[in-house]
Amino acid sequence: MTLQLTLSQLMNGLQLGVLLFLLAAGLTLVFGIMSFVNLAHGSLYMLGAYFGAAAFAKTESFLLALLAAVVGAGIVGLLLDRFALTKLYTRDHLDQVLATFGLILFFNELIRIIWGPGSIFMQVPDSLSQTVEIFGFSYPSYRFAIIGVGLLVALGLYLLIQKTRVGMLIRAGATHPHMVASLGVNIKWLNTLVFALGAALAGLAGVMAGPIVSVQPGMGEPVLILTLVVIIIGGLGSIRGAFFAALIVGVVDTLGRAFMPTIMRGIFERNTADAAGPAIASMLIYLLMALVLAFKPQGLFPTSAGATR
Amino acid sequence: MKRTLIAAALALSLSAVASAQLKIGFVGELSGPQAPLGQDQYDALMLLIEQNGGKLGGVPVQVIKEDSQLKPDVANQVVDKLLDKDKVQIITGITFSNIMMAVHKKITDKGVFLIGSNAGPSPVAGAQCSPYFFSTSWQNDNQAEVVGKFASDKGYKNVIAMAPNYQAGKDFIAGFKRTYKGGTIIDEIYTPLNQQDFSAELAQVASKKPDALYVFYPGGLGVNFVKQFQQAGLNKSITVMSASTVDGTTLPALREAALGWLSGTFWGPDFPNDANQKFVAAFEKKYNRIPSQYAAQSYDAAQLLDSAIRKVGGKVENKKAFHAALKAADFKSIRGNFKFNANQFPIQDMYVFDVAKDSKGRVSLRTVSKPLTNHQDSYVGQCNMKPI
Repeated sequence: MTLQLTLSQLMNGLQLGVLLFLLAAGLTLVFGIMSFVNLAHGSLYMLGAYFGAAAFAKTESFLLALLAAVVGAGIVGLLLDRFALTKLYTRDHLDQVLATFGLILFFNELIRIIWGPGSIFMQVPDSLSQTVEIFGFSYPSYRFAIIGVGLLVALGLYLLIQKTRVGMLIRAGATHPHMVASLGVNIKWLNTLVFALGAALAGLAGVMAGPIVSVQPGMGEPVLILTLVVIIIGGLGSIRGAFFAALIVGVVDTLGRAFMPTIMRGIFERNTADAAGPAIASMLIYLLMALVLAFKPQGLFPTSAGATR
Repeated sequence: MKRTLIAAALALSLSAVASAQLKIGFVGELSGPQAPLGQDQYDALMLLIEQNGGKLGGVPVQVIKEDSQLKPDVANQVVDKLLDKDKVQIITGITFSNIMMAVHKKITDKGVFLIGSNAGPSPVAGAQCSPYFFSTSWQNDNQAEVVGKFASDKGYKNVIAMAPNYQAGKDFIAGFKRTYKGGTIIDEIYTPLNQQDFSAELAQVASKKPDALYVFYPGGLGVNFVKQFQQAGLNKSITVMSASTVDGTTLPALREAALGWLSGTFWGPDFPNDANQKFVAAFEKKYNRIPSQYAAQSYDAAQLLDSAIRKVGGKVENKKAFHAALKAADFKSIRGNFKFNANQFPIQDMYVFDVAKDSKGRVSLRTVSKPLTNHQDSYVGQCNMKPI
């Protein structure tokens, strides 16, 4: 019984982890390669969810919803990069934080004007609305699908970065941008590509989360905080770091929430435990982040780019 | 100095122009994630005023709308403006309890009437009660108490209670415990207020196999919770009783995912009485959506004002008479039974609803039973109402 519960909680942690990875991958790439802090990454996640929900309402097809979210968020990312953010790449990080925070407010208000303040409808596709029996417990098949898609994207990113010419340029651009540019590569174009790719991944995370969470204005902020924790633990700019850190954060957060209240009840009386358990559980990932920062200030998988800048 | 005088003269002349109208302040959450609640309150108020040709009680009214943004400091500012600049005699609305606590004393101390159409925190019903405050909704605990009574009536033996870890969450579980007899609460689960994913808790609930689950997850949290509960396949195996979780503002985002959920409150759109049928039809026609309970509460606040202003012939500055007229509650509430208790909160019947498809095939709330008749809150004894 307890074993099954632990296993199902591990699955939940894994699922949260891969969702965080989709967000963290884009954010950490943009930071690692352009040294750009993009707080509006959560807004791209929100836009993905809204684009997906709108497409789903029109077509009733989840595949089209996925496509709309990924392409839509990617295009918004591309436009953002070309028209709003290019000038900020060479500016101070504080300016970037300020400007992208403004973008958060802008996108939240825009969404509210178009879709209204309430949450909108988005459901799991019929083919994934059941539960699956594994190891004697039932688990929602949709969450399995999230895990599957997340792992596929991780594999795809690995192949793209490590095995292709574009990936080689991205890696080179991260460490020696001027050298890459002087060799005749359009580094601006490369940056735009990376930014749009990150935006598309955020959009994918948004549409995948849409059927699970409430699709409403401001939905990107809570998840952005977790994502920032992930890229700090993983090491700024490191995709590999983002992957492992996302899984660690997902599992620690989930297991903490699941078992901390019970553990606390063994130590304190019921009332104290009920108050302290959830509070401590929600602090765990920040404690983890503090520990990582204390012993490995560059994160678990530092990149040379993140280290030198 | 000269400029100030001119400004003062201008302001005076402006207020002279406007004095033909009775000014009413509306304060509610009109932006941010909780805006659907405030919007329904505002829309229902304006619906009745429009039906009456811009009047309440035969007097032309001007509604001054203010957004409190779910921030007590902002609420204080907008209330100051309504009291000092607009000089309103009546304020209605107020969506959240923390906003109510921030402005209740300020408004009632000034001798301005406050008709609350949502939040009903316990201090306002008890020790801090004021003759200038009336509620057309409920005391916060009521919606939990009716669910507790329902669970007792059904004979559920093992119940798990879940809520976000903040004051209202604890109040809603305390209210449930007050009326739940004959069984045990085998677990109470409190989740952080900003937690969006409940997979860990749902796995725990599933493993404990309770007879029923009691939850309080308002607004967007409720949308998350209901969806995830349904996806975990638990709708089939566990009965869910809820308070403030599935309502007219969240059902459009939930639809079939919430089918079968139970919810305790005072009013549902399917109530057969004439006044209600008329209200629901008019609201749907004008705003193209099913009214929520927040709209219903505010519509009754508007009806209450309508009846009382008519009784005093528009002379709301005669506070004693206006107070008596409000206290009489001489209007046809769309909920049916309605009268004011000593603390000026309603004495009313409390119902349990389930989520089902209505006659037009839309997902809505359907009346199941009436566990509590002429129910009053448990704080009225602490209220020592002063004469006006």
